[in-house]
Amino acid sequence: MDVRSQISMVFHLDKCIGCHTCSIACKNIWTDRKGSEYMWWNNVETKPGTGFPTRWEDQETYRGGWLKDENGKLKLRAMDKKRTLFNMFHNPSQPSIDDYYEPWTYKYDELFNAPEGDDQPTARPISMITGDYMDIKAGPNWDDDLSGSPVYAENDPNLESLTPEQREQLFAIERMVMFYFPRICNHCLNPSCVASCPSGALYKRGEDGIVLVDQNRCRAWRACISACPYKKTYYNWHTGKSEKCILCFPRLETGQAPACFHSCVGRIRYLGVLLYDADKLEEVANLPQDQLIQGQRDMILNPHDPEVIAAARKSGVHDSVIESAQKSPVYKFVKEWGIALPPHIEYRTLPMLFYVPPLLPVMSTHTDGLTQNTSEKLFHSIDEARVPMEFLASIFGAGDQSFLRTGLRKQMAIRMYRRAITVGDIEMKVAEQMLAESGCSKDEADAIYKMTALCTFDDRFVIPPMHREEALEMLKEPHEHKQEAGFGFRTGPKRGL
Amino acid sequence: MFSDEFLGDFNNLMFVVLPYLSFVVFLLMTIQRYRTQTFTYSSLSSQFLENKHHFWGMVPFHYGVLAIIVGHVVGFLIPGSVIAWNSQPLRLYILEISALVCGILTVVGFVNVIVRRFRSKKIMTVTTTADWILYAILLLQFLSGVYIAVFERWGSSWYASNAAPYLWSLLKLSPDTSFIVALPAMVKLHMVSAFALIALFPFTRLVHILVIPNPYFWRRTQVVRWVGPRRKRIGH
Repeated sequence: MDVRSQISMVFHLDKCIGCHTCSIACKNIWTDRKGSEYMWWNNVETKPGTGFPTRWEDQETYRGGWLKDENGKLKLRAMDKKRTLFNMFHNPSQPSIDDYYEPWTYKYDELFNAPEGDDQPTARPISMITGDYMDIKAGPNWDDDLSGSPVYAENDPNLESLTPEQREQLFAIERMVMFYFPRICNHCLNPSCVASCPSGALYKRGEDGIVLVDQNRCRAWRACISACPYKKTYYNWHTGKSEKCILCFPRLETGQAPACFHSCVGRIRYLGVLLYDADKLEEVANLPQDQLIQGQRDMILNPHDPEVIAAARKSGVHDSVIESAQKSPVYKFVKEWGIALPPHIEYRTLPMLFYVPPLLPVMSTHTDGLTQNTSEKLFHSIDEARVPMEFLASIFGAGDQSFLRTGLRKQMAIRMYRRAITVGDIEMKVAEQMLAESGCSKDEADAIYKMTALCTFDDRFVIPPMHREEALEMLKEPHEHKQEAGFGFRTGPKRGL
Repeated sequence: MFSDEFLGDFNNLMFVVLPYLSFVVFLLMTIQRYRTQTFTYSSLSSQFLENKHHFWGMVPFHYGVLAIIVGHVVGFLIPGSVIAWNSQPLRLYILEISALVCGILTVVGFVNVIVRRFRSKKIMTVTTTADWILYAILLLQFLSGVYIAVFERWGSSWYASNAAPYLWSLLKLSPDTSFIVALPAMVKLHMVSAFALIALFPFTRLVHILVIPNPYFWRRTQVVRWVGPRRKRIGH
């Protein structure tokens, strides 16, 4: 057993209000530089919708992620080694700026410098690439709240799993429904961006699993841009280097939550360590599609198990990290409770950002549904939800509804159970029956409720000590370094050349 | 028009001083740039800003120019074999026509590269002065090459018999320009601009030629980096 620790995440979609605060926090810290204006390491999409870049889930076009070839071997869909060799000079599946949007600002000085006249001066939009005046035709969240749905929402690749009637219903007046889908880099266990890089510039940090681009080694092959099925590596057109979400590692190393997590208004984000068995990586990534979710779950180890703890120590995982893994909210959501699911596991990158799928629409739309006693009908709002299960399953289950259903039933039962306690318009007997049917004990229901509704900062973010400074000390004796390092220089002052 | 003495000096300057100077600049500055400005080693691809015309420029240009460079290197390394190959007219025609086709491919691709830059305002904003200087010299290089292939027959033969020994004499540090003084002016221009390109190499985007996906084809699929020693390292 090769135990490794991975900083993992859970986004609770029922709590997301789509305010984009996370996106702005990230943008202000990391991507307001020239060449990166169009990047949104964190973005929030409306589902159904085409997302950012447009139709990123359409892997027929973008060819991201992994495929199993005829021999059952895993290979990159876009740029395996052979394709890279023969497409060295033109990447055939690379998105261009038109698939994202042309970044713009406004010519604000025209407001101040306009001569006196009859009209109000206006600040016209100018391109942040060319500096020319431009007509804004698209933006990173142009499909926000179903706006322009005939162009955007109806072209969501996930709708392909629906029947024409279901599709029609989804967009019928007064039946329309949507939910928000915030996305950052998933810091996958089997990252296709890392595997595709001809320069070996992308790498996974061994100690915490954060996926990074070594800016000094990136040579602008752009293989990662097409290889990432989530389109979370971006090409900086100014510097000629790829960039991606760094999970705010400078913040994590100083014990702070990443900016998007920290700023989240709905408190939908959870962060913690998961221990996993790296020896199983290849086997799990190769499993048949319907076994992938279970396979990934099985790969995640129980940090309370003495055997796992012993193996983790042997693999060099620090005790404090094991301790942190035991308190991890992500472990609870993914393993203990089983209500958080990976997005598009069929891409086979084994994403380590999990989503608690949304319970939609709210119960009150079904007036006869609340106090039904017959057991068949208790969970009817899941099956009769405005969002067809096929649509959610296309995102969170690789087309398979079983895990999704289990999770949603549990959430529904807890909602009823809490309603029985706080509002009292539901009989406790009914709520208890629902809990029993969804396989959830009262203790578990209380724990999930607490972690969902009453969670504090420290409940949501269990950041392990990163030990980077100690690891560096192993490379270099600090006192020696102190004597060698210069005073105000980046390299020490030496005698002679 | 010019005195023999002047021509002699001129030849020495262009075909003895310039090549050595170019090579020294190339070697020192390429290493220096790699050591101190590693970040700047990039192909600076602009495919992201324009995705369609890109194909018609980059693909013919790169494959054409790679084939041409390989041809030049082969002629330099085994000139005897090239001359032997060319002793039969049919084989000579095959070699010359393939070379010409590659040359034309290069020129067509390169013209597309330049036109593409002019046509897209976005790409113009990421084009530097160094790029324009480089493009001018490269265009001169490619056009003179195609001119030579068409009008100064048979290039593959006299390259092997005259240019190769001259280049070898440079390599052996006993430069002998007698092999090339009689060559036509266009050929000399081609050579001088080649030396200029070697000298410009470390100062332009040409450095991306050095970037080959070396470990990629035999490295493990995933890349993991550890800070400091790890007690146990297995797999991936």
